Amino acid sequence: MTELIQFVIDVLALGGAYALMALGLVIVYGILKLVNFAYGELIMVAGYTLFLMDGTGLPWLVMAAVAVLMSIFFGVATDYVAFRPVRAKSVTAVLITSFAFSTILQNAALLFISPRARNIPLPDVFSTTVTIGGAVTPLRNLLTIAATIVMLTLFTWLMRRSILGIAMRAAATNFTMARMLGVPANLIISSAFAISGLLAGVVSLFWLGRIGSVVPGIGLEPLLVAFIATVIGGMRSVPGAVLGGFLLALIDTSLNHILPQDLLKFRDAFTFSFVILILLWKPDGLIKGPASGQRT
Amino acid sequence: MSFLMNRHTLTVASLCGLLLMLVFISYAVDVRVFTRIATTLCINVVMVVGLQSFMGNTGILSFAHIGFMGVGAYTSALLTIPAQMRGMALPDLYPFMEGLSASPILAIFLGGIVAAVIAAAVSYPLMRLSDAAAVITSFALLVVLHTVMLHWSEVTNGPRTLFGLPAITSLPLTAIVAAGAIAVALMFKESRLGILARATRDDETAARAMGINTPRVRWLAFILSALLAGIGGGLWGHFVGSFSPKAFYLKETFVILGMLVIGGPGTITGAVLGVFIVTAAFESLRTLEVVLNSAQIFSGQVVGVTEIVLAFSMIAVLALRPGGLVPTREIGDAIVGLIRKRKG
Repeated sequence: MTELIQFVIDVLALGGAYALMALGLVIVYGILKLVNFAYGELIMVAGYTLFLMDGTGLPWLVMAAVAVLMSIFFGVATDYVAFRPVRAKSVTAVLITSFAFSTILQNAALLFISPRARNIPLPDVFSTTVTIGGAVTPLRNLLTIAATIVMLTLFTWLMRRSILGIAMRAAATNFTMARMLGVPANLIISSAFAISGLLAGVVSLFWLGRIGSVVPGIGLEPLLVAFIATVIGGMRSVPGAVLGGFLLALIDTSLNHILPQDLLKFRDAFTFSFVILILLWKPDGLIKGPASGQRT
Repeated sequence: MSFLMNRHTLTVASLCGLLLMLVFISYAVDVRVFTRIATTLCINVVMVVGLQSFMGNTGILSFAHIGFMGVGAYTSALLTIPAQMRGMALPDLYPFMEGLSASPILAIFLGGIVAAVIAAAVSYPLMRLSDAAAVITSFALLVVLHTVMLHWSEVTNGPRTLFGLPAITSLPLTAIVAAGAIAVALMFKESRLGILARATRDDETAARAMGINTPRVRWLAFILSALLAGIGGGLWGHFVGSFSPKAFYLKETFVILGMLVIGGPGTITGAVLGVFIVTAAFESLRTLEVVLNSAQIFSGQVVGVTEIVLAFSMIAVLALRPGGLVPTREIGDAIVGLIRKRKG
């Protein structure tokens, strides 16, 4: 029983972080049908913001808020640097420009800060543990689950009720038509990038909280996770992204328990092979999104 | 005469002439650094032309390419590390592999074949995907290959450096292989298969409607691309003599991709030209970095400037000239066109 509780908490906490990451990727993909390769670097940006503010004496929550703001800012910057110049061209072009932008950010961190890991300030709650039904778990995991619930609720409300959300959903379904009806294209796209940055910023707090430090290459793992979760879930579907995130966490956590010690180091290889199998069975992902119009 | 006028022969001849010129200059200058740069350049020609044969013809971005380079390098290493060094270089090697050995040249080509076989085995399902999903899964494939190289200590010595490869790669050898790669890639591009692949690139639905088996066509292009990547990897391995799995990951991918994108993924001329231009820019920037570091103008080490410049030029090229410097016409086509104009 104890082990089961432990397992469920692990899956939910990891899955929550994965789902939010995937959501940030899908919101841009849904509208532009383009993949943002520089997405993982938003986590790096948030991490270095925390590092740079270490020792300023500000309360941690203020530092966290600034980090999230920076992540949003760089999310929108991605739009301006990597997407806008080539948006109308091929899918490949945008993939390459966003890959290039991610390289720029990483190398800027290398150049101006350091190639070595830098410690980030963390509040005490991140290192305390609690006992639930006999299972000892870091409080951080419960906070991640809580943050996931809050963010998902907020996101659902935004997309369903607010004018911005309705306009974004309209743009995701048929961009040209939405524009003809007076939806300002650039504003919608920038908002999508801002929301994507917000999600990445929030996830980054928990992601970095687990590791405790930041390096220039830190964005790769979360990026991969978000990629794979969206591909499993269905590239165009928002519920699919969330489902994919939790499913991926389930696969990862189960493999952690099942695999013998000497195979555990190959976990990523197993996970991705599994993903390839899912795609063999369902090339469009588990949940098909709305039938959408042309790429714009 | 008609043979000489053939535009494809002209393309291969011009591009090989470029390589030959490089070899001559490097012998005339006879500076070690220059020869090293020229050799790396030729290896990169093999890699980039290999990537072109998949990416240029099918229009799908592949991240896995560098992974197959790694497969080639490790295979070749396994076959050529001298028996007396094996105990040290690969302490955990499986007993049945201990007896394996081949001459380095053969091993390089076997490395290409192993890479092609692995590509053939794993990639067929991926070729059903298009656009973003295809790219993302090829990225996942790169991660899988990297994870395996990083942890399969029995064969790769794990994350530690693998050493002991006989350094047989010379400039003439790489130039010859690069010329061969150019010829093979052009032959593929102009073959029926290459034309079918470009049809699926330009309009997937129409191609399917005409009865083209898209996954199969892409699959074959992918196998050829992996073959060339594997050979490139073997050449590189025998050039540097020792390497670790991190040599075959994102940084390298970025350089190879940058060369192809700047030159023009649609043509082999573009691919080769991209390698020359990016290498020249890279080497000058690297010299600049070294000068800046030794002059100690900045407090810390200056690193990563080359990548930043390459990244900005990629964005600029894609924004201003989406097809790269040489988007559609091979150099042979251009020469034939010029001659016709002068005659008419």
